[in-house]
Amino acid sequence: MKLYAKYFSMHIKSQMQYKLSFFFTCTGQFLVAFATFLSIHFLFARFDSVGGFTYEEVLICFAVMIMAFSLSELIGRGFDRFPILLGNGGFDRIMVRPRNVVFQVLASQVEFSRLGRFIQAVVVLAFALPRSGIDWTWDKILTLIFMIVCGAFLFFGLFVIYAAFTFFTLEGLEFMNILTDGGREHGRLPFSVYGDGVLKFLTYVVPLALVQYYPLLYLTGRTEDMRYMFVPILALLFLIPCRAFFKLGMRKYKSTGS
Amino acid sequence: MIRLENISKTFRVRKRNAGFGRALRALFSREYEDIHALRDVSFAVNDGEMVGYIGPNGAGKSTTIKIMCGVLTPDGGACDINGRTPWKHRVAHVRDIGVVFGQRSQLWWDVPVIDSFELIRDIYKTPQAIYKRNLDELTDALELAEILKTPARSLSLGQRMRCEVVASLLHDPKILFLDEPTIGLDAVSKIAVRQFIKRLNAERGTTVLLTTHDMQDIEALTERIILIGKGQILLDGTLETLRQRANINASEMTDGNIATDAEAWVAALYKEYEI
Repeated sequence: MKLYAKYFSMHIKSQMQYKLSFFFTCTGQFLVAFATFLSIHFLFARFDSVGGFTYEEVLICFAVMIMAFSLSELIGRGFDRFPILLGNGGFDRIMVRPRNVVFQVLASQVEFSRLGRFIQAVVVLAFALPRSGIDWTWDKILTLIFMIVCGAFLFFGLFVIYAAFTFFTLEGLEFMNILTDGGREHGRLPFSVYGDGVLKFLTYVVPLALVQYYPLLYLTGRTEDMRYMFVPILALLFLIPCRAFFKLGMRKYKSTGS
Repeated sequence: MIRLENISKTFRVRKRNAGFGRALRALFSREYEDIHALRDVSFAVNDGEMVGYIGPNGAGKSTTIKIMCGVLTPDGGACDINGRTPWKHRVAHVRDIGVVFGQRSQLWWDVPVIDSFELIRDIYKTPQAIYKRNLDELTDALELAEILKTPARSLSLGQRMRCEVVASLLHDPKILFLDEPTIGLDAVSKIAVRQFIKRLNAERGTTVLLTTHDMQDIEALTERIILIGKGQILLDGTLETLRQRANINASEMTDGNIATDAEAWVAALYKEYEI
């Protein structure tokens, strides 16, 4: 952990060498997320509810997903940029260091410009929380935290899978973006609005709905079942196959890499 | 002590053919080609030895180094370095080795070199006293004191390479692998790096294994040379035996024009083995 802090400060020093670029990327990130916010806003200018959810409820949903995604990108960017690490030999250097490989990949990148997106989510959340009509008791607060934290881990797992694929293809696979960027963009609305098939897929295959739709039901009082509160934790099981897949990829690299 | 026995390594490469039609066909049926990067490579290096590992591009030098560093796992054969198998005991093994990849930097581009060094100290958990001693000695020997506060991106190639060497030695490795350490350097830097490696080997008894295309490196540094071509060890001997061997052939080939400088006799050897 101390070592990670060291890496962290190195990244800050590096990125502060390019203050203007950092500022623009941050602003860009903010604006992209803002566009998504506007799309929700205009949607609700015409309709009172979407899939039975109100404006404020959808905004919470949106903010949670953005927050989870930007957190996982802030920390787990090393996996998102893994093809580059593999291509420029950075991974070989990681292999000759006496430290855990996953840790080093994590530490190899910290993307502070994601804070732009994160701030957006904070603002939206601050707007929506008091207006949503939800009585913010401790269990609701805990549910919200579970959604954000477990959501971040889930996106991180997707980055790891993406990275593991590059062991086999040596290039990034854009189709994974359907799940990562796509998950974030479409996650602005509760997944139930996309129909039963999509919801099932996002429940049992890539459990994004476990950190979004189901806990949201509890959060908004649509169900009193306390189990829904802990559903996001269940989504963490997804990290096990992610890790296994990465290990498999590493074994393949060690036998074929160049 | 480094010991390699019958190490072999095959890469499976997908055949890529020219032309659109063939590229299209390759989408459906893949043809593979086996490339034997290493075939039954065996050699041993004693503690404190300095060995030059030479061969043309694509001969398998880097693959051998990567296997010895624990980056790659060979298909067959055994490798024992100070009682450990690199790819099985990676973490324990790499603590004892230093690696310089001449064409790839381990320094942080945008921060002062000294910060990179300190991070490396923390990665290896080197005690502060040892780190301090090494840093002072190394910066002194390589005349780096003035550039420690400079970011790596502002360094000349020669300065950077000297910093790379320092970065690889801060944790007191017993073995140093150098993969083309003098590539692209000017004469002054080359000589500085060479002299330093020589001193390191003499004073600390560090085992050094270096690959290079620069024959002056070899002449200046190593007593012993291992020649590899097409994945096989072709010659393993002292500089003198290799030179003599090359001269015999060179004289046959060039009608008595005996190759004198290193470049020429190595070229003659490459020719002889058709590598």
